[in-house]
Amino acid sequence: MKTKPKRVIGTAGKTCPVNDPRLSGEIQKQLYRWMALIRAFDTKMLGLQRQGRIGFYGPIKGQEAATVGSAAAFEKDDWIFPALREGGVTLMRGFPMEKIVAQLIGNAGDACRGRQMPCHYTFREGHYVSMSSVIATQLPHAVGAAYAARLRGHRIVVAAYLGDGATSENDFHTAMNFAGVWRVPVVFVCQNNQWAISVPFEKQTAASSIAVKASAYGFEGVRVDGNDVLAVYSATRAAADKARAGGGPALVECLTYRMEGHSSSDDPTKYRPAGEAESWVDKDPIARFRRHLESLQLWSDEDESSFQSVIADAIAQAVDTAERFGPPSVASLFEDVCSNGIPPHLREQLAEVSPAVHRP
Amino acid sequence: MATMTLIQAVNDALKTEMRRDDRVVVLGEDVGKKGGVFLATEGLYDEFGADRVIDTPLAESGIVGTAIGMALYGLKPVPEIQFMDFIYPAFDQIVSELAKFRYRSGGQYPAPVVIRTPYGGGIKGGHYHSQSTEAFFVHTAGLKVVVPSTPADAKGLLASSIRGDDPVLFLEPKAIYRTAKGEVPEGEHLVPLGKARVVRPGKNVSIVAYGAMIPRCEKAAELAAAKGIDVEILDLRTLMPYDGDAILETVSKTGRLVVVYEAARTCGFGAEVSAFVAERAIEYLEAPIVRVAGFDTPFPYSLEHVYVPDPNRILAAIEKVAHF
Repeated sequence: MKTKPKRVIGTAGKTCPVNDPRLSGEIQKQLYRWMALIRAFDTKMLGLQRQGRIGFYGPIKGQEAATVGSAAAFEKDDWIFPALREGGVTLMRGFPMEKIVAQLIGNAGDACRGRQMPCHYTFREGHYVSMSSVIATQLPHAVGAAYAARLRGHRIVVAAYLGDGATSENDFHTAMNFAGVWRVPVVFVCQNNQWAISVPFEKQTAASSIAVKASAYGFEGVRVDGNDVLAVYSATRAAADKARAGGGPALVECLTYRMEGHSSSDDPTKYRPAGEAESWVDKDPIARFRRHLESLQLWSDEDESSFQSVIADAIAQAVDTAERFGPPSVASLFEDVCSNGIPPHLREQLAEVSPAVHRP
Repeated sequence: MATMTLIQAVNDALKTEMRRDDRVVVLGEDVGKKGGVFLATEGLYDEFGADRVIDTPLAESGIVGTAIGMALYGLKPVPEIQFMDFIYPAFDQIVSELAKFRYRSGGQYPAPVVIRTPYGGGIKGGHYHSQSTEAFFVHTAGLKVVVPSTPADAKGLLASSIRGDDPVLFLEPKAIYRTAKGEVPEGEHLVPLGKARVVRPGKNVSIVAYGAMIPRCEKAAELAAAKGIDVEILDLRTLMPYDGDAILETVSKTGRLVVVYEAARTCGFGAEVSAFVAERAIEYLEAPIVRVAGFDTPFPYSLEHVYVPDPNRILAAIEKVAHF
């Protein structure tokens, strides 16, 4: 990690005035609430996975500032092309929590009808586009959507999220190159959590940062402290404003840390150096931002305990609602393969499935 | 009606649909000022401008990947992959993304991209300008695969593909780009996907084929007619979804089936046709089904004429099933 990231909040909670976006107290508190909500939701979902109530989970823990700070910098009409760890953005964009849990369960309450693994949310109303599990494929999509928006005369910006591992993929290069040539309004937001499952950053690239890669494509890249929500917001907002004004694409690298395993199926103690994860506890983005808010008298222990109690109830209620849905219908297996309903050849295949055999 | 070559009909379809719907855009390598290496997009750049006729960087995954993003946003992109042999950098985008978007998003994000690409032998292009690998794509749920064999069909099928709401791989038989000539309706012209066409009626033997094999099958049918064998030829036109009813109709009429395709024989589309007929119409068959196909070798340069099925090989298969 040779390139020093931009920072607003010191680890002691003090601010650096140069990069401070000078957000109102209310907006800062809202950023905090989102981060705390995402943490609480994440903890609960990993717990449900451990209890066997959902099949898989990709935790966000440690990356809440990178997620919230960047997503908050985009407007409501802007589009989000997420990677694995941006699920919290659906909450920020108003996706009902029970729908998120239903997706994790994969039941009939899931807007995607139980067709994908957990964490692969789609929320069209919130312009949160469906992701696949294939790494970096969403990046050219984001560039194409930004091209289309510009062609149609819409002043929107497209957020293209990726992790550090994705920067080794063909589609990262391709998307960055097309974006640079076309000068489209897209902001690449890289959550560099320093681990692509078990492969550390230095085995992913010999570059001093992800941010420097942008210059090869003819646009700006900036590295920020990804555990500093104000620094992330500030950099992303500047990039989005510039892109919206016709200034072309940008890359924001959020240097952060994945405090859990890659997923519920991963054991990071097998590959991480002893003590590394512990050293990041002090840099926990939520504790750090809370200290900052407390230093400005924007948040108190009472605020914390009442907010935690509200979100615990909301999450419990969402889980309860989501778990009441049954499995997706067998016919839904054959729907949405193409437009205009189930085509004849799939109707024949549906007829092969005996309802008696497949009753849940 | 105007007389056109197959590639002129492709060009006519693109122009007609671009005039009709400003959401239609074309993108790819050399599609702009040059008008494409085969001139399929000739004149589009001048008429519709650089924003809708986009010369892209040289990267197939980017061409298809950005086209997907455009389609998600509401455009109707028609990317060109210069040769089907170069489509593999985009294979991931086609198979994992394009074909799955509608399904995985629960219908929230359809991705109606029509990928045009010339396929097959006929230009002495060796491995990398000649292959016919439609089977990879027919095997991918969520993708439609279309192959015209006449100018009128090229225009009508391409227009239908563009107006539809599904991703389509539109395979253009480059061997007959300029040799297939015919009457093409002027203005708007649509041919529905999923419907086969009887090229010539016949009583004794059925041939099921598509694309550049159709003229070769017609030639073989003429040779067979001289020997007293009356051949019916069915042009599938769409490989996914294919017209099973039309296949069953011709086979139940003649009881003898030859399937012709220029792809490698094993697991080629002809294997699907053979299995389909074996499952649904075996009681009508008077002879084993015979496939005439490319070989399970890489596509050759000097021996292309040996590799690609020709009228004599097709005739031999016709005679084999006729005299079984």
